[in-house]
Amino acid sequence: MGKTSRIAAAGLAAAIVALAGASADAKQKVKVGFIGPLTGGVSVNGIGGRNSADLAVRLRNADPKSKYEYEMVVLDSECKPNVAVQVATKMAADKEIIAGATHYCSVAAIAAVDTYHKFGFPVIVWGAVLPDITYRNKYPEIHRVNGTMINQNDANAALISSLGYKTVAVIHDTTDYGKGHNEYFSKALAKIGKAKIVGTFGVTADQQDFTAELTKIKALNPDVIYFGGLTPIGVRIRSQMDKLGVKAVLDGTSGIVSDAFIQGLGPLAEGTLAFREGAPVEKLPGGKFFMENYNKQKYDGAPEAYGPFAFAAMDMIIDTIEKVGPDRKKVIAALANVKDRDSIVGKITFDDHGQNTVPVITKYVVQDGKFVEWADSEYASGKRKLPGQK
Amino acid sequence: MDLGLFAQYTMNGLMLGMMYALVAVGFTLFFGVLDVIKFSHGDVLTVGSFTALATFVGLSALGLHSNWLALLAMLVVATLAMAFLGMLIARYLVMPLRSAPPLNTLLITLMLGTVLRECVRLFYPQGANPKPFPALLPRASVDIGEFNLRLDNVLMLSAGVLVIVGLQYLLNRTKLGLAIRAVAQDEETARTMGINFTGIVLITFALGSGLAAFAGVMNGLYYNEINFGIGLYLGVIGFAAAIIGGLGSIYGAILGGFLFAGLQTVGTVLLPFASAYKDVFAFAVVIAIMAWRPTGLIREKISERV
Repeated sequence: MGKTSRIAAAGLAAAIVALAGASADAKQKVKVGFIGPLTGGVSVNGIGGRNSADLAVRLRNADPKSKYEYEMVVLDSECKPNVAVQVATKMAADKEIIAGATHYCSVAAIAAVDTYHKFGFPVIVWGAVLPDITYRNKYPEIHRVNGTMINQNDANAALISSLGYKTVAVIHDTTDYGKGHNEYFSKALAKIGKAKIVGTFGVTADQQDFTAELTKIKALNPDVIYFGGLTPIGVRIRSQMDKLGVKAVLDGTSGIVSDAFIQGLGPLAEGTLAFREGAPVEKLPGGKFFMENYNKQKYDGAPEAYGPFAFAAMDMIIDTIEKVGPDRKKVIAALANVKDRDSIVGKITFDDHGQNTVPVITKYVVQDGKFVEWADSEYASGKRKLPGQK
Repeated sequence: MDLGLFAQYTMNGLMLGMMYALVAVGFTLFFGVLDVIKFSHGDVLTVGSFTALATFVGLSALGLHSNWLALLAMLVVATLAMAFLGMLIARYLVMPLRSAPPLNTLLITLMLGTVLRECVRLFYPQGANPKPFPALLPRASVDIGEFNLRLDNVLMLSAGVLVIVGLQYLLNRTKLGLAIRAVAQDEETARTMGINFTGIVLITFALGSGLAAFAGVMNGLYYNEINFGIGLYLGVIGFAAAIIGGLGSIYGAILGGFLFAGLQTVGTVLLPFASAYKDVFAFAVVIAIMAWRPTGLIREKISERV
């Protein structure tokens, strides 16, 4: 062995020792979970949420100060209750997974809450808005960073009453999600007492043809058609309204706030109303930070409406694990005391049901192919008018 | 009820019925020649309408702006492509399983349907989202009271009627039709008469799948929106329509399609608890009809199953 090669060998040995030292220093791996609809009609929202949660994990892993190295286990609820229970069981039964950011779809979330409770698996819901998810039971495992549909329907009823509309026809899908919207919207509208509901139509969540319902609605001639459901059938209803010459305003919920709604309709989307909990990304306290980092990762798709909530949910889970260690019981105990916690979606405070008490509701109207905040829109300023707007 | 409204409901029901009938005819054709139920039929329709949409996008990119030419190109491309796909399915999935129990064919085509559907969702750009379908037909309409008569609906209905009449002519008045009917009636005898059995089966599958593509384009033009799931629902309803009409009978399938659309419309309009139960109502009636006439409203002239 020559001298040079001996030196090289020594160098190599040193390098190996250095590497070994580093790996001895390596952090303990901790698994966290994510569940959302990754296939099916609302998969864009699920994928946006998954990317956002993934971003929270990546940012933390890149932080040298973090105690653990996180790995995110992703499962697909398909937005179906039966599948949701399956994947919830799979995730909760895996003791290595400490906590999860779960569910965009209310039908999936409400079906899975009992499973989480049974397994003592702490979750933070990141997108589903049905009040029952947190309020039906008092499970210490269940938390939610986004608001519920009660708040958005109050805002919705208030807006259309203040615009001077008198008659409303309701179309809702017959899942828990759509039925919930129908219930809370009807209550809110009745409480204000300025407009009345002239007809209520339940439709299945995968229905194609709405001409029969819309013809019946046309005969009732309402000022507004309220729609409690998700984007795919929202698109169909709006385009079939046009076919049948129904002139009413389409008044949607958080379920249609997505780019897919506008892409699916093109110019026909103009003048559609929608409501959502929280503020739009660009107005969130951490919105700029979130979008900058999101864009850096070059994900295949936008974070969509609930991405920031998914990020906030995952970030809160990781924060808690950092603080109390990877132990489900300790995480649950720590999440019971969340008050005025800073996050990218603003302050988070969980009430005794684990529900974040965010008061902010954003009102939207579609203007020139974008969901524009109502207050900033030309409809609010009077430059443009919705059909029948006073 | 207001007469205008009645006319509107009738028009809605007719459009719906036409699409169901076109799908049901496919089921019945396949069952006629091979005694198989091909469950991927609805998803072939989906692929057909997405092929048409892709053709339109391609033509627009090339700078073609004539609606009629675009529509013609979309129909031709979609129909031919689906006819070819239908032949492939028949040749490589259905025919090799001829001696296996019919349940196998049913299962394998059911799975193929899922594969087709998921392929559209995964490989078509942004395929999971609803896609706007261009309105290529003239949008003129006349308001007669509450009835909004649209020129595009009239054109689509007429085109549908023409296609069905054309199919009827093909089956009953041409040599090819004679061969198809011969194969449907008795394969062995047809073979001994010198009919190319494989050829006829392939042509029949091409025909039925082409019809599905036509229905897919019609579906797109009518709703101006398509998504990867349209075929699943249309497939189930088309199948139910073919069954109540009497599998193997073309008239039965058409009757079944319109009957089903009629039931759904009636379910929405007349039931007091409104539209949530319209499918429950329609399918319950289908079950009742099947209990009453197990071989369908119009029976096959020669029934092997009795």
